[in-house]
Amino acid sequence: MDIYLLEAIINGILLGGVLALLALGLNLIFGVIDVVWIAYADLVMCGMYVVYWLYAELGWPLPLACAAAIAGVAVLGVLVHVLIIAPILGSAPINQLLATGGLLFFLQSFATLVFGTEFRNLGLRLPIIELGDIYVSSARLLAFAMALIGAIALYFFLRRTFIGTAIRAIAQDRDIVGLMGVDQRRIYLVTSAIGGALAGLAACLLALQYDVHPFIGNTFGPLIFMICVLGGLGDMIGGFIAAFIISQIISIGGYYANTELSYVLAFTFFIVLMFARPRGILVR
Amino acid sequence: MNARHVTLAGLLAILIAAPLVTPPYFMHLLIQILLWGFIYTAWSIMGRFGFVSLGHGAFVGVGAYVPALLWNYYDVTPWAGIPLGVQLSALLGLVIGYPCFRLKVVGHYFALVTLALSQVVMLSIVAARDITGGSLGFTPKAAGHSWYALQFPEKGYFYAIALALWLGGLAVWHLVDRGIGREALDAISEDEEAAAAVGIDVMREKLRVTVISAALTALGGAILGQYLMYLNPETLSGIGVSLQIVFAAIVGGTYSMLGPTVGSLLTTSLNEGLRVAFGTNFIGAANTIYGVLLILFIIFMPRGIVGALQNLNRPLRKPTAKVRASG
Repeated sequence: MDIYLLEAIINGILLGGVLALLALGLNLIFGVIDVVWIAYADLVMCGMYVVYWLYAELGWPLPLACAAAIAGVAVLGVLVHVLIIAPILGSAPINQLLATGGLLFFLQSFATLVFGTEFRNLGLRLPIIELGDIYVSSARLLAFAMALIGAIALYFFLRRTFIGTAIRAIAQDRDIVGLMGVDQRRIYLVTSAIGGALAGLAACLLALQYDVHPFIGNTFGPLIFMICVLGGLGDMIGGFIAAFIISQIISIGGYYANTELSYVLAFTFFIVLMFARPRGILVR
Repeated sequence: MNARHVTLAGLLAILIAAPLVTPPYFMHLLIQILLWGFIYTAWSIMGRFGFVSLGHGAFVGVGAYVPALLWNYYDVTPWAGIPLGVQLSALLGLVIGYPCFRLKVVGHYFALVTLALSQVVMLSIVAARDITGGSLGFTPKAAGHSWYALQFPEKGYFYAIALALWLGGLAVWHLVDRGIGREALDAISEDEEAAAAVGIDVMREKLRVTVISAALTALGGAILGQYLMYLNPETLSGIGVSLQIVFAAIVGGTYSMLGPTVGSLLTTSLNEGLRVAFGTNFIGAANTIYGVLLILFIIFMPRGIVGALQNLNRPLRKPTAKVRASG
């Protein structure tokens, strides 16, 4: 087997981990609150700037900067819910989607205002690991491992805690849960915070691999929506699997052609599959 | 002839007389307002019935790039290139619309599938950089003042074209609004199953507005490209343009004829005003404020400015709250 193709496949798997993490966050919010945060990838962009600013400009230690970014984006998630989603919870779902689209404009331009349009990086080079003839970036390996840990932690949180159970219940039947004595508003806040924290974690992992700029959300934002829809909006396992399918298409497509064409391929695959499995890959 | 007609006739007279007194910079703004107003109106022809498409950037892109590429590489006049681009867009609308409507892809799903479509077109343009210039953009061969090439350095010509196009767009909007299909479309947007049960051909009605909307959007994109003489995938296709279209239409008011135009007027003058006010030292300041305003609009004025004004005129009829589709 071609060694470079193998490398592309491995890189695809590693990229899939981070995308899966983001898909989990978006799916959680959709499943519970029934809202699509179009600006989700831009929350990630904010997190990346927090890491950059604290680590590269203020000289904080990296783990501390990452923790601050996760907490910061979690707070941002809560703010998004309280300020934007809560006032229009009762209106048409598409309005909520569009309101977070306004947030997308806001965050991108605000980041431009504060940091300018230059590409920034942490100035941190993690070593390349050599496995036989294959080179793997340890930043990607670390990102993949952390993303998996994050996903597993979320799984146990949803399964083993009371509030996690309430979150799963609300995703199943919004009306009955209220009768069971669960405070919906509190669940929504917690869900938004978790969704934000997952975006924050993804931001830390992406900041290790990519330069941050105000419009970085546009490059992988549509990718995340596509993954969620492909897996079935709200279907966490479906989203998880879809993340790896899409990342493989992009990685292998990038190996045979170029990056843009591989994205075109992924989006086209998505549109076609939408028509074959309109409710997600796992639902017949 | 009532007061409304007189106002509209007066407005039209001002618009026709405008080039005589307007300095070039404002002419440039007016042309953009009219052309984008036309595109936003085209979007709202389907958007008002709840088919919220985030894919109209794709139609603008196809409409603008097809004639320009044909002109540069094969010397095909835009008079042939533009209809071809428009037809391709209509076909694209059909190809994406038919399966969507067949499989009842609605709401979030429809928005996200169409979003993917606009990304496909944008990324294809970028990927074909050998032909299209990629993200660096594309400049049609200049031919001076030429009807054959549809290029006019003099702004007055494009102003006349934009004005005619915009009026045509309003006429189409009006025809759809007054046509028999309108009741059917209203019924479909309320409850698709029920509409089908009373004998409405849901698929046909939906496809009809989709194709009309896609074709007009492409036409707008084509003329915009001819006017600007510079095409860029970021500004004429993709998620950015798609969102720009949706927002301006919503800010102005999707449910009334002049709403999208008011949206175009407002967003363009806001953008220009803020740009002039803040200068280039604060890139992003204008759009930051724009973003906040968009959020406020969707929260407090979901029917847009024109819709809100109409509500003021009819204080007794409270706007009925939209019931969530999924209980």
